[in-house]
Amino acid sequence: MEKHWKSVVSRSVCDYFFEQQRKINNPEDIPPVIATPHYYLISIYRSNMYFVAVCMTEVPPLFVIEFLHRVVETFDDYFSECTESIIKENYVVVYELLDEMLDNGFPLATESNVLKELIKPPTILRTIANTVTGKSNVSATLPTGQLSNVPWRRTGVKYTNNEAYFDVVEEVDAIIDKAGSTVFAEIQGYIDCCIKLSGMPDLSLSFMNPRLFDDVSFHPCVRFKRWEAERILSFIPPDGNFRLMSYHIGSQSVVGIPIYIRHNISFKDIGGGRVDITVGPRQTVGRTVENVVLEIPMPKSVLNCILNPSQGKYSFDPVTKILVWDVGRIDISKVPNIRGTINVQAGAPLIESNPSINVKFTINQLAVSGLKVNRLDMYGEKYKPFKGVKYITKAGKFQIRM
Amino acid sequence: MTDSKYFTTTKKGEIFELKSELNSEKKEKKREAVKKVIASMTVGKDVSALFPDVVNCMQTDNLELKKLVYLYLMNYAKSHPDMAIMAVNTFVKDCEDTNPLIRALAVRTMGCIRVDKITEYLCEPLRKCLKDEDPYVRKTAAVCVAKLYDINAQLVEDQGFLDQLKDLLSDSNPMVVANAVAALSEMNETNISGSMLIEMNSQTINKLLTALNECTEWGQVFILDSLANYSPKDDREALSICERITPRLAHANAAVVLSAVKVLMKFMEILPSDSDFVSTLTKKLAPPLVTLLSSEPEVQYVALRNINLIVQKRPDILKQEMKVFFVKYNDPIYVKLEKLDIMIRLASQANIAQVLSELKEYATEVDVDFVRKAVRAIGRCAIKVEQSAERCVSTLLDLIQTKVNYVVQEAIVVIKDIFRKYPNKYESIISTLCENLDTLDEPEARASMIWIIGEYAERIDNADELLESFLEGFQDENTQVQLQLLTAIVKLFLKRPSDTQQLVQQVLSLATQDSDNPDLRDRGFIYWRLLSTDPAAAKEVVLAEKPLISEETDLLEPTLLDELICHISSLASVYHKPPSAFVEGRPGLRKSLPARNDIGGSSIPAVVTTSQAAVIPSQESLIGDLLSMDLSAPPTTYNPATAPSPSVDLLASGIESLLTSDLNSVPATSAASQSSIGLIGDIFSVPTPSSYVPPKQIWLTAESGKGLEITGTFSRKNGIINMEFLFKNKAMQPMIGFAIQLNKNSFGLTPQRPLQVVNPLIPGGSQEVSLPLSTTGAVQRMEPLTSLQVAIKNSIDVFYFACIVPMNVFFVEDGQMDKRLFLSTWKDIPAQNEMQYTIQNILCNAEVVVQKMTQNNVFTIAKRNVEGQDMLYQSLKLTNGIWVLNELKIQPGNPNITLSLKTQALDVAPGIYQAYEAILRN
Repeated sequence: MEKHWKSVVSRSVCDYFFEQQRKINNPEDIPPVIATPHYYLISIYRSNMYFVAVCMTEVPPLFVIEFLHRVVETFDDYFSECTESIIKENYVVVYELLDEMLDNGFPLATESNVLKELIKPPTILRTIANTVTGKSNVSATLPTGQLSNVPWRRTGVKYTNNEAYFDVVEEVDAIIDKAGSTVFAEIQGYIDCCIKLSGMPDLSLSFMNPRLFDDVSFHPCVRFKRWEAERILSFIPPDGNFRLMSYHIGSQSVVGIPIYIRHNISFKDIGGGRVDITVGPRQTVGRTVENVVLEIPMPKSVLNCILNPSQGKYSFDPVTKILVWDVGRIDISKVPNIRGTINVQAGAPLIESNPSINVKFTINQLAVSGLKVNRLDMYGEKYKPFKGVKYITKAGKFQIRM
Repeated sequence: MTDSKYFTTTKKGEIFELKSELNSEKKEKKREAVKKVIASMTVGKDVSALFPDVVNCMQTDNLELKKLVYLYLMNYAKSHPDMAIMAVNTFVKDCEDTNPLIRALAVRTMGCIRVDKITEYLCEPLRKCLKDEDPYVRKTAAVCVAKLYDINAQLVEDQGFLDQLKDLLSDSNPMVVANAVAALSEMNETNISGSMLIEMNSQTINKLLTALNECTEWGQVFILDSLANYSPKDDREALSICERITPRLAHANAAVVLSAVKVLMKFMEILPSDSDFVSTLTKKLAPPLVTLLSSEPEVQYVALRNINLIVQKRPDILKQEMKVFFVKYNDPIYVKLEKLDIMIRLASQANIAQVLSELKEYATEVDVDFVRKAVRAIGRCAIKVEQSAERCVSTLLDLIQTKVNYVVQEAIVVIKDIFRKYPNKYESIISTLCENLDTLDEPEARASMIWIIGEYAERIDNADELLESFLEGFQDENTQVQLQLLTAIVKLFLKRPSDTQQLVQQVLSLATQDSDNPDLRDRGFIYWRLLSTDPAAAKEVVLAEKPLISEETDLLEPTLLDELICHISSLASVYHKPPSAFVEGRPGLRKSLPARNDIGGSSIPAVVTTSQAAVIPSQESLIGDLLSMDLSAPPTTYNPATAPSPSVDLLASGIESLLTSDLNSVPATSAASQSSIGLIGDIFSVPTPSSYVPPKQIWLTAESGKGLEITGTFSRKNGIINMEFLFKNKAMQPMIGFAIQLNKNSFGLTPQRPLQVVNPLIPGGSQEVSLPLSTTGAVQRMEPLTSLQVAIKNSIDVFYFACIVPMNVFFVEDGQMDKRLFLSTWKDIPAQNEMQYTIQNILCNAEVVVQKMTQNNVFTIAKRNVEGQDMLYQSLKLTNGIWVLNELKIQPGNPNITLSLKTQALDVAPGIYQAYEAILRN
């Protein structure tokens, strides 16, 4: 599928992209910026699809990349997922969306709130209604929000139940070395909101310990001055789901690692190797660690693994050579362990490098940084909303070198 | 009910079918048909045949249908311009619709139809829309101006749309402002002339800053990018802009963040570097950059490329953040390689231990490219951080023990570099290296190993055997290896001549007789002759001490770096090349960092066109002439004893030294003979008192000469005009490679030989140089006549200046005219060609005047005494053959002398008068 915003570019320009694609083994490894004799191909890779922008002139590549991300997010938002078949099924809406989002290379309307007013997202009900009444899903009126001071919020929002939910999600990115000491750890946090409030509510959210933040970035709705002065998030929220802020807690502060892994792996034995891994919680303030999954990309010469887990299930994919151990919940009384032998291809060269373990886990009701929301106040509207805050800690890019 | 059904119709009479559907009466059916058409269009099928039918659907109240038709029109209007005209009326009508959405849509679509004929009709509606009451329409119209500019730039300028756009910069709606800025900056970009269409002043900047806080993220990027092109008047303005931009660093959109970083990096140059603000800003810049690294890999990549620049410019910003650049095993390869690069740049004594253990970890990864780069990185660390060298070497040794082939090879290549940086320090490991000799199969690794063996031949007992083993397959080796092998064996021979004679002969004959490669053959012959004629000299040449290699060889050139800093966040920053190097059709508009200006008030333009990059000479003509001249004249004298300081680029300096040493003999002798002639001349000229030489004047100040100060004058000795220089080096570095070029001038002055400055001119040193000139060069009339424009080149730059040649140096020795001829000539020259001057306050009698003038080739033909006045009649001839006849009236007791002169070319008269005055006054 192609759409042109300036002069028409021939499809053949994509050949350069395909050529790059052939050169690499891993679909993610395609360089984001490719120069061709006349154009620049800026691409992103999402859900097994490449989104490629073709530019003729000097542009900020981040600008294009961010825009492409926004396109994908919008599709996600409209069609609840973004896959090849979904795009094919909805190409007219997709085309209309693209047309609304960009004009002559300048982004036009990229806020999903505004877009939804221009082009109604397809639902089965509406499609049927449209066929019956002959109406279309394109609005004939100008979206009010587009030019107001709060372009992110549509007007005339009405709910019977007024609710505001905040999810404080923290992802721990870490590299742990062989000996178990932390090489590098930082927290990527974000606050996702689901806000269903009528009218034009003006919210302010304060924290118990706002000094924690190293770096923050906000949704445009947040009043930056107020934050600078009082460390309070004050904003008129967009309607629906959005990311209020994301923050970064890193290098300067100590990050607690909520999980430990003891491991022992060797390939040296004749006819195979041995592996022995134990996982346990630490510093979790009594919360349980859930959804623990360990992923180990084994060296190419490994044929199979015969293991014995004390809990959970394991699988080894002989094609990708990835060993996955789905541990599940960790019960403090008995720490999960997996051990067994590894079959190595006979005659293969000695394996010198040990693999890394990629760990996934979730801890509910805990923000590992210790961040706590103090209170949420609402001004501007009369009703009393229902408020909720949820904390989750997850593993981000959490790697353990064996 | 999904749209995928539109893709399924691939039967034959499809077009026909669609045609009938498009002409259907039912609205619903029409719309479905248009959707099908669009579907075919998006997958690249040609549905242009349906053009008239689709256009017919345009007049509808249904917005969706209208949009779809517009989409179709944009795509095919170009191939059907005549048909597109049919649609124009609808567009014009839609531009006056009551619904602002339709007005905007119409003006938007019209701009997208790239057909010349349509643009004519576009102007009126566009003008109206630019003033529309609805901001949505105004902002769409602003973009449309940029579209129109792309199609027909002249039209936009003629119709005054630029001014309208300028007005929009102060619109009340921030979105309109942002779009106007975006449109303007795009037009600036494509503008052929390279000049700015609209100059920014502090007032517009203020408006932009206000709009910045309120417009969308994309608008913010446009505004920030145009702010980056503005050069603030002074510190205070820069400071206040920085303050207002800083909050943008906390934006969720990475593009906004990076654009803000660009503006801040640029303006920091203007602020005093020791101010508190700069240090807080430095602290504030780090977190957002780090945060960029936790977003999607594509964003990371662009961020890393930019961080690479920032780290080179201001290492302080990220020196604490080493850890964020540690590589995760599932990072895409393009991110890994960039991170590694930055890790090395940030490596310092404080964090080297961490870095090394990380690098060692990477060296055991699976990805070959990455592992290689990691091994190289270890070597670079050793060279960069001296204290860590030992640890790096032991790490490398550990890696060699792994026996992984490509790791070993890479390690040997970097160990060679370490040896070159720290000679005679780590030779103990050579034996370990030698164990791996057999596994090396890459040319670079083999060449490195051979180099090591040759360099340390005296410490390796079986060096001859090792080298001999390489020699067996000499013919099949890569050139690089062959050259190294040749050199290594010659080194070995010089160190252990007794038992290696056979070996060296073997390699020399292989190189000179059995090879087709000219490089190899030449090097072979050079060695051969050296060895056969003067082994001691050979030893000195081959075993000479080598310059140490420098720390970081891959740093960007400072000027390029500064230019790239101005392009942070753009494509240029990703490629690390100036945009002019790869973006097509860009005018030579290059950005440069603003210079810090201590004298407040005057500002330096941030945008300098390339042609003015050098010191700007005063006259226009000079630029053209001097720029086109060849300044690459080889340095004429070269002193091997004072070799150039260790240069980064070994190859280039090698070539240069080769070249210059080749040329060495010739100019040196010519210089000697020249000076001896001068000497003889001097001896002979003792009896005749020397002619008048004006005192030396400053021609080039040290300020404009980047430390080179030139004073000088002109003299005439033995019939030769000499340009007398005094070069003073007031810079911190030595200067070499002097050359001179004279612009075309009135008397055709041109250097007789190249400028001979004994190299190098050391800092604080000075040197007198005399350059003989001839008058056989190209002639061009100058104003004033005796003005001479000069270009001097040295290793630092090219400098231009102009000086005045005193007229008397042009007076030739055979300027004595026959008495009768003088009389007849005097009569022949018409009266209007007579000029009269008064030379005041000269206390000379006629005798002295005659004597002084004769010394300067002005000859007295006759002397009369009329009524107590002395009348002198003198003649002189200029180098270009012009005769000048003079009459001097000298009254005893009167300090004023009256000079009347007659010549066919009156232009020279003022110069003659000045010469008289100068000579007589001397």
